[in-house]
Amino acid sequence: MSVLVDENTRLCVAGITGREGTFHTLNNRNYGTNVVGGVTPGKGGQDVDGIPVFDSFEQAMAEVQPNTAMIFVPPRFAADSILEAAASGVALVIAITEGIPAHDELRVYNTLKRENETRPPTRLIGPNCPGILSPGKANVGIIPASFFKAGNVGVVSRSGTLTYQIGNEIAQAGFGCSSIVGIGGDPVPGSSFVDVLGLFEDDAETELVVLSGEIGGSAEEEAAEYIAEHMSKPVVAYIAGFTAPAGKQMGHAGAIVSGSAGTAAAKAQALEAKGVRVGRTPTETASIAVEVLGGQSLATS
Amino acid sequence: MDLLEYQGKQLFARHGLRVSSGKPVTTVEDAVSAAAEVGYPVVVKAQVLIGGRGKAGGVKLAADERELREHAGNILGMDIKGHLVRKVWIEHASEIASEYYASVLLDRSAKLPLVMFSTEGGVDIEEVAEKTPEKLIRHHVDALNGLSREEALQIATDGEADEDVREGVADALLALYEVWLEEDATLAEINPLIVTPEREVKALDSKVSLDGNALYRHPENQGLSDSENEDPIERRAKEEGVQYVKLDGDIGILGNGAGLVMSTLDVVAQAGGSPANFLDAGGGSNAEKIKQAVDLLLANEAVKAVLFNIFGGITRCDEVATGLIAAFEEIKPSVPFVVRLDGTNDVEGRRLLQEAALPNVHAAKTMNEAAEMVVALAAEA
Repeated sequence: MSVLVDENTRLCVAGITGREGTFHTLNNRNYGTNVVGGVTPGKGGQDVDGIPVFDSFEQAMAEVQPNTAMIFVPPRFAADSILEAAASGVALVIAITEGIPAHDELRVYNTLKRENETRPPTRLIGPNCPGILSPGKANVGIIPASFFKAGNVGVVSRSGTLTYQIGNEIAQAGFGCSSIVGIGGDPVPGSSFVDVLGLFEDDAETELVVLSGEIGGSAEEEAAEYIAEHMSKPVVAYIAGFTAPAGKQMGHAGAIVSGSAGTAAAKAQALEAKGVRVGRTPTETASIAVEVLGGQSLATS
Repeated sequence: MDLLEYQGKQLFARHGLRVSSGKPVTTVEDAVSAAAEVGYPVVVKAQVLIGGRGKAGGVKLAADERELREHAGNILGMDIKGHLVRKVWIEHASEIASEYYASVLLDRSAKLPLVMFSTEGGVDIEEVAEKTPEKLIRHHVDALNGLSREEALQIATDGEADEDVREGVADALLALYEVWLEEDATLAEINPLIVTPEREVKALDSKVSLDGNALYRHPENQGLSDSENEDPIERRAKEEGVQYVKLDGDIGILGNGAGLVMSTLDVVAQAGGSPANFLDAGGGSNAEKIKQAVDLLLANEAVKAVLFNIFGGITRCDEVATGLIAAFEEIKPSVPFVVRLDGTNDVEGRRLLQEAALPNVHAAKTMNEAAEMVVALAAEA
C-alpha cells in the first residue's frame, strides 16, 4: 500500500500546455502514472502527446473522470484553479505552484473546509510543494523518482531537495519508501504534518515515518502533540534552520522566525519532549531511521 | 516585506485609521521645515526596521526649533543595532491618556485571521501575552466573511477599553482589518494605539509586513521596501531573482532548494564554521544562473571559503559543474571552493570538474564531509 497516489490515480493536470506543465506531466506518465487529461482554458480539444486537453475541470470530469488534479498554473491563477478542480469533484488536488499570495491560500483553505462539509471532501496538498511519489505505483509532481524504491518508510516534508537528500540516504542503506509526500513551504498549506501522519498511521505498508520540518509556524509542534496521542508507528524527525536569523525569510515563504516564535530549537525540543528522535543532520536522521527499521525487521522476521 | 513606521502609517491613513500628520525627512533642515508645517511640539522618530528605537535614543520630543535641531542632528546617522538611520519621521506630538494595543495577523496554526487587542499598550506585547494573558484578547475571524462591526465592538468590550472610546476602538480595528486584507498584509500592528485627552483613538506607531507574493496586485506598494538600508548584495540578489540572505560569517554557501540550503547552514555551523549567507540557486539551475550566483557569493568580501552543496533532482549536476567552470574562467575566485555534487548526473558533473582541474576547488562526497572541509579551509585562510 501507500498513501494518496497509487495505481488507481487518474490524474488531470491544470497548466498541462505550459512548458513546465508538459515536461513534468510526461515525466509522471513515463513513470507509470495514469494521466487521463489536462486543463487549459481556451485549449480544449487539443492534446499533449495524446493526453486530451479540456477547457475546464468540469469538462474533464464529464469526459475522463479524474480523481486527482495537479496544479501547474502561474500563481495568480492557482487559487481559482484549485477551487475549480475541487468543485468538479476531484478528491485530491496537488498544487506545485510556488508564489501564491498568502491571502489566496487562506481563502482556498477556508473555502475547501466549508465546502467539504456539504460534498465529498477534497484534500489539498501544497501549494509550493514537489508533489507525491509512491514508488513503483505513481508519481504526481516533480520528485525525482530514481532516488527512491518501494518500501516501508513514509516521508512527509516541507522541503523538496531536503527530502531527496534524506530519502537517498535511506535508499542507500537498502530501505524503500511507501510514499513521499511534500506538503510545501508556504504559510497556509492545504494539508499539514498531522493530516499526513494520520494517513501513514493507517497505511499497512508504512512501518516508520520520517518527518522533515523547518523554521516558521507551529506545524512541527502540532505534529509532536499528534504523534504522542495518535501514532503507534515510530517517527524520526529532522528540522532545518537552526542558524536562521529572526525576521528573515529563508527561501520558502513560510520559513521565517517571527519574534521568538517558530525557531528550529523550539520545534526540535517539542518533538523530543514527546519522545520523537530528532537527527542533527540529514545523514544522522537517515541513520536513526535505518537503525529503528533494522531493529524492527529483526523483531518481525 | 516589512514597512517603515511612516510607510505603515501612510497605508493606515489610506484606510481611514487616524494618525498624526507628519513628514519623513533625511536632513536637519528638512526636519525644521516639516516641524514648522505640522506644528510644535513634535516627535522625531528614527525610521529603521528594528524594535527598541526609543531605548536606543532614536525617538525624541522637541518643544522648539533648537531642540529639534539637536535631536534630528543626533538621530540622523545614528546606528541602532546595526541599522543606520537615514530618515526620521517628524510628527506633531500627541497627548496621551491611554495606550492600547491592536493587531491583525495571519494565524498559521488556526489558518484564520487573528485580531488581538489589549489595553496594555506601549510595551512588549509578547511580555503581556506571557505574564498577563487575560489582558490580551485574541479573536479569530471567519476568513470568508471578514470582521463585522459587532465583533469589533465585542473585542473592545471584552478587552475592557474605556467605555466612551469603544466605538472608536471598533472603528480602528475595522480599519486595521481592512489594511490587512486589502493590502495583502501578513501583519498589521499598532503599538501603541492611543486615546487622547479629547478621547480620540489614534495610531501612534505602525508595524506592517506585506506579502511579497502579492505585490503584483499592489503596484503602488512595490517601492515601499527599505531599499536604502537594505544590504546591497541582498538588493542585487532580489533584482536578479535569486533567494539570498546575508549572514554574519565567512563561509559562502550555495545549494539548491530552500530546505537543503538551510540544512547546509546548520551543518556548517555544527562543524564549527560560520555561514556568510543563504543562497538558493533553485530548481533547474542552469550554467548561467550558477555563474550569477558565484558572482553574488563573492560580492561579500567577508567570504573566505565557499561551499557548493547540490543534490540534483531537476537540477542536473553536470549543468552545475559547467556553470562553475564558466564562473571560474570569468571571475577567477581567490578563495577555495568545496563542491559536493550528488543526485542527477552526479558522475558526469564530478568528471567535468576533475577534468577542468580548477585551482583551489575540492570535491567532497557527502554533505558532512563537505562542511568539515570548508570549515578547515576558512580557518586556514
